[in-house]
Amino acid sequence: MELNVFFFLAFVAILSALLVVFSKNPVYSVLYLIITFFCIAGFYVLLNAEFLAAVHVIVYAGAIMVLFLYVIMMLNLNTESAFHKETILKIAATICGGLIMVVLIGSLKGITDLKYPEHSDSTIGLVKNLGKVMFSDFLLPFEITSILLLAAMVGAVMLGKSEKESKVNN
Amino acid sequence: MINTIPIHYYLWLAAVLFSIGVLGVLYRRNAIIIFMCIELMLNAVNLVMVAFSSYMNDAAGQVFVFFIMAVAAAEVAVGLAILVMMYRNTKTIDINILNRLKW
Repeated sequence: MELNVFFFLAFVAILSALLVVFSKNPVYSVLYLIITFFCIAGFYVLLNAEFLAAVHVIVYAGAIMVLFLYVIMMLNLNTESAFHKETILKIAATICGGLIMVVLIGSLKGITDLKYPEHSDSTIGLVKNLGKVMFSDFLLPFEITSILLLAAMVGAVMLGKSEKESKVNN
Repeated sequence: MINTIPIHYYLWLAAVLFSIGVLGVLYRRNAIIIFMCIELMLNAVNLVMVAFSSYMNDAAGQVFVFFIMAVAAAEVAVGLAILVMMYRNTKTIDINILNRLKW
């Protein structure tokens, strides 16, 4: 049963990931990427990481992809203009991507006899347990993350400010 | 319950997703699509981390994934601001036009 769910999610995830790369319209790319992210949230649920699944849907599908969609619409890029590479470069890119896949899959050759604990603890991904770990062992990184987000917000506002406005202010 | 799925299935899947991300970065010239493919690669790595975290019964991996998501959100905000600024200056986001580092 779980194996069937896994294969279905994997099929949908890989198919929509390929469609992200190959769709002509950037808006369709964003929508296919949202489907991929929902599949990855499904994998998190299969892996008993319920908190991360919820956070993944909220942060990625809810915030990041909306930001992408918003920028595409703001820049009026939803028609594919002359964004085409030469055919030789496309063939080279496909060969390089395929070679990286061969290397990655080949490096996982001996993974089938990996040893892990027989009985998994299914409560590990719950908010209670993760919160305990996050606010005891990882308290300092958690606080530094807030500084990072503040810096990113200030940077985005500075970059997004239009040139005319800053000239007026100076 | 989760042990009915062997862990190497997740590793293979993440390898395929990562390679599709690399393919997209090399294949496309639209800067926004390239950015989205980088997000895809980031998610493939996150999937490996969560898989190992739940199979090895260690919560640290999932906390790391949480931090990676925060960093990804910051990265997207700044990156898209840079893209908007580039578009304002050059009226394009084709990366072949953006190889001069000045305009």
